[in-house]
Parts: sequence; structure tokens; C-alpha cells
Amino acid sequence: MAEGKTITLNMGPHHPATHGVLRVEVELDGEIIVKATPHIGYLHRGIEKLAENRNYLQVIPLTDRLDYAAASANNMGYCTAVEKLMGIEVPKRAQYLRVIMAELARIMGHHLWIGTHALDIGAMTVIFYAFRDREMIMDINEEIAGYRLTPTFFRIGGVAADATPAFIQKVRDFVKWFPKALEGYHTLLTENKIWTTRTMGIGKISAEDAVNAGLTGPSLRGSGVAYDIRKAFPYSSYEDFDFKIPVGENGDVYDRYLVRMEEFVQSVNIIDQAIENLPEGPIAVDNPWITNPDLTSVQKDITDLARRFVLNTRGPVAPEKEIYHAVEGAKGELGFYLAGDGTEHPFRMKVRSPCFYLASALPRLLVGHMVADAIAIIGSIDVVLGEIDR
Amino acid sequence: MNIQTVLNAIEEKYPQAAALTGGENEISVARDRFIDVMHMLHDDPALAFDMLIDIAAMDRIPRVPRFDIVYILLSTKDFSRLLVRLSAGEDEEVPSVSGIWGSGNWAEREVYDLMGIKFSNHPDLRRILTWKNFEGHPLRKDFPLKGKNFDQQFDPSEIQDY
Repeated sequence: MAEGKTITLNMGPHHPATHGVLRVEVELDGEIIVKATPHIGYLHRGIEKLAENRNYLQVIPLTDRLDYAAASANNMGYCTAVEKLMGIEVPKRAQYLRVIMAELARIMGHHLWIGTHALDIGAMTVIFYAFRDREMIMDINEEIAGYRLTPTFFRIGGVAADATPAFIQKVRDFVKWFPKALEGYHTLLTENKIWTTRTMGIGKISAEDAVNAGLTGPSLRGSGVAYDIRKAFPYSSYEDFDFKIPVGENGDVYDRYLVRMEEFVQSVNIIDQAIENLPEGPIAVDNPWITNPDLTSVQKDITDLARRFVLNTRGPVAPEKEIYHAVEGAKGELGFYLAGDGTEHPFRMKVRSPCFYLASALPRLLVGHMVADAIAIIGSIDVVLGEIDR
Repeated sequence: MNIQTVLNAIEEKYPQAAALTGGENEISVARDRFIDVMHMLHDDPALAFDMLIDIAAMDRIPRVPRFDIVYILLSTKDFSRLLVRLSAGEDEEVPSVSGIWGSGNWAEREVYDLMGIKFSNHPDLRRILTWKNFEGHPLRKDFPLKGKNFDQQFDPSEIQDY
């Protein structure tokens, strides 16, 4: 390669290793990346604008489509934010059911991550095992919510349905089975020579840089900052559960991998505690302005029928107030800035998407590495484009 | 960290620059002292708000000034949040915070793209979610939901990309 002469290479948006429609323009000196510019927006659906024109209930399905790999975790963020805005306290049983669904979603998201991340680097077997186990969670979703990928199981003030015995059995089966499956993933990757060579020391980011760049979630914890919103600002009864925050040391691809692998264990642990200690009681708050009357009373009572109709066409009303509320999504801090204006639809809903800031850190992570390592780095920060572009 | 502690620290260095707004962990900052206060929130070791979580902008038309901008900050030392509110008029330029927090770069690009607020001293103020020759700013309240020129044929070849 002649001195100072670089070529520009366009990765994406239709590239299997960019996990959707991320386009990264990389400038190469030989095989070394000297400059990287991510371009986003290919999946922009205007979810924030749509939310302003719908009522609070109708926004829930939209949030499913943010991080579609872990849909229930987004419902958790939106519903808890609206409840904070309206000042609603959700019953304990609903909170526990929400925790189970959100943690299952986190595991689902991490399944997709480990499968595709390993596939990108060249280990093909992992994705088959990951998707086999992901299917179990899809079945659980189907059992309780009726949908598999985007369950839309949460409602404002509670959840859509109560846990059935079949649901509880399926969750128990999964909790029992999954540690064994995880051992399988570890056997395939953790001490695999090719895997460690491809990931150790690649895409390093120091704790200080990671904080400055706005990284959150497993990608930040891989650099050694123990920031987990489930511990820092507990919501939905997370203070009841006993779990650890795994942190890495070096902030490279391998450490981020180890952090997520440990998060599998912690999530299963939380689900185990929640399903075994599931409290009795109602699954939604008892407030006629917010929650639906149940279907049996709708069939007998005309006022309940009318109320159900009005509530679902008009939606609950939020006060004139602005709040910011964040939860730990599968990828990091998923925040909702909600401004109510005394009507049935949000005046403004700003989604703080973790993946947006993860993608914005790509120039820092990629420069100085080879093109092949770029694939490993993009896989390791685990971006989902539905959440970046919104 | 208590919100009152933050406010007292700012008051000591820049009198009259900040005030409580009544929102949770929220202060409002005067326009002329804004960038100094932001520098102080980041650099002062007692405050150390080292992460810019997000920037949320709201279009309050027909109010003057038109926009509200809320900077959501976090201190990773003791995990405390701070919301900093700033008002901006339609043709005003807001000083960029991307020199203080790296995450400000894309956050401000998004606000510029969707809300049309310009930031001065930004290193790379381009549209981010829409394309180069997109007209208007979609999240403004006077932008129609179905988009402008809805009844005209859409020609993808007219889209200019960066």
C-alpha cells in the first residue's frame, strides 16, 4: 500500500454482519481502519411522532417494535414510565409477572446476540443451540400472551392476563433446563482458541471513555462500571430479588461476551425467584379510569361494557407533568421522557435508546482495528436497528 | 446527590444562573450561563455528572420561546440523576455540549434533525435519521403526521445520502 493512500469501503446497509440496516463507511489503510462513520436511519418509522397521535394504550404495541429482539423489556420501560407519570402503584403479582417477562425477553435478546455474534466470527454451531432455547421462551410468550416475538403483554396499571398453570410449568421447565444449555455455549466458545484470539484485546474501551460516550448496559459493564438500573434505581420490585451485577475488567470484546454470559445466569436466577415467590392477588390496579373491567362482567353489565368501550377508544388521561423514567433494557438504559398535557395522548415521548449511543461509539471502537475485527466489535456491542432508528 | 446541593454549588459560582423547576431532580439554567454551568457540572469533582444520558426537546408552539430542551445527566459515582432544562427560541443557536460529553454529538444531531434546533460549535451537525435533502423537521408540532407532499409520487432516486 502506498504511503498515505486510503480506500473507502461501505459496509452495509445490506450486510449480514451489521445486524439489520446499519451502514458503516470505513476508510482503510491496507487492512487497518483509519476512520469509521456510521450512518443510521434506514429503519426510521417515526415511533415518537406516531406516539403523539395515539392514546397511551395504543403506544404499547409500538414500543414492542423498538428492540424487537427483547420486546417485553421495552413494554416494561414504557408502562412503568406512564405509571410514574400518572402516579399509579401496580399490584405485586403484576410486578412479578412483569419481571418474569422482562427477564425472559432479556434472555431472548442475548440469545440472538450470542447466535449472530458467534456466527459473524465464524462459529456456526452456537446459533442453532441458541435458537433452540430461544424457541422455549417464544412458547412461554405464546402461552401467556398469544404472541411469540412481540407479546404486548403489559398494560398500563398491570398485565394483560394472569399466569396459567401451563405458563408456570413452562417457565419452571426453562429455568431447570437453561443452565445446562448455557454450559453448552460455554463449551463451544469460552475457552475456544479461535474465539479467544478473535475477541481478546479487540475493541477496547476504557471505563472513562465508555461513560463519556454514553454506553450503558452490558457494554458499559464490560469496561468495569457497575451501573445497572435494576440496582441503582429499582423499579417493579427488583429490590426483592437477589442478583449480582457482572462486570468485566478490560472492556474488550471478550469481556463484554463474559458479562452477557453471566447475565444469562442472573436473569434465570431472577426468574426462578419470581416464579417460586409469585404473590397472590390482582394482576392490574383497581382504577376504573385506567384498567379494563374483566370480560365476564362486560357480558353481564351494560355500564362495564360502556366503560370498556370508552377506555379503549379514548384511553387513560395523564396529568400535565413531565417525567423521565428508565429501565434496564436488554441492551442498556432504556429511558422514556414523557410529557403529559392533560389529554389522552403524550405531548412528547422521547425514547432514550441504548443502541443509539452504542452505535455512536463505533468510530472510537473501530479505529486502529482490521476490517475483520470490525465485525466482531459490531457484534459485541449488540445493536438492534429498530431501537436506533425508532 | 441532593438536588439542593447541586443548586447551592452552582449558586456559589454563578449566582442567579440556575433555579429549581419543581420537576423531579430538575433545574433550569439561564441561557447566557448555560455552557459554563454544564462545564461545571461535568468537571467539578464534587458534582461529577460524567454521563450525558440523553437530550429531549419539545416543541411548545405557540409559546415564545418555542422549544424546551432537557438534558438528562447521570453521575456514575453515586448514580444520581439531574435534569437540566433550557428554553430556546426558533432562530436561536444553542451552545453545543458535544465537547463536554461525547454522547452529546449524536444526541444533538438527532435534536437538530427532528426538531430543527441548531447548535453552535458542533463538530458535525448533519441530519441523522432522515436524509440530506429532507424538508422540514418531523417532530415539530406543525409538521403533519403523514408527511409533507403526501399526495405526490415518491421518487427514491431523489434521496441524497451522506
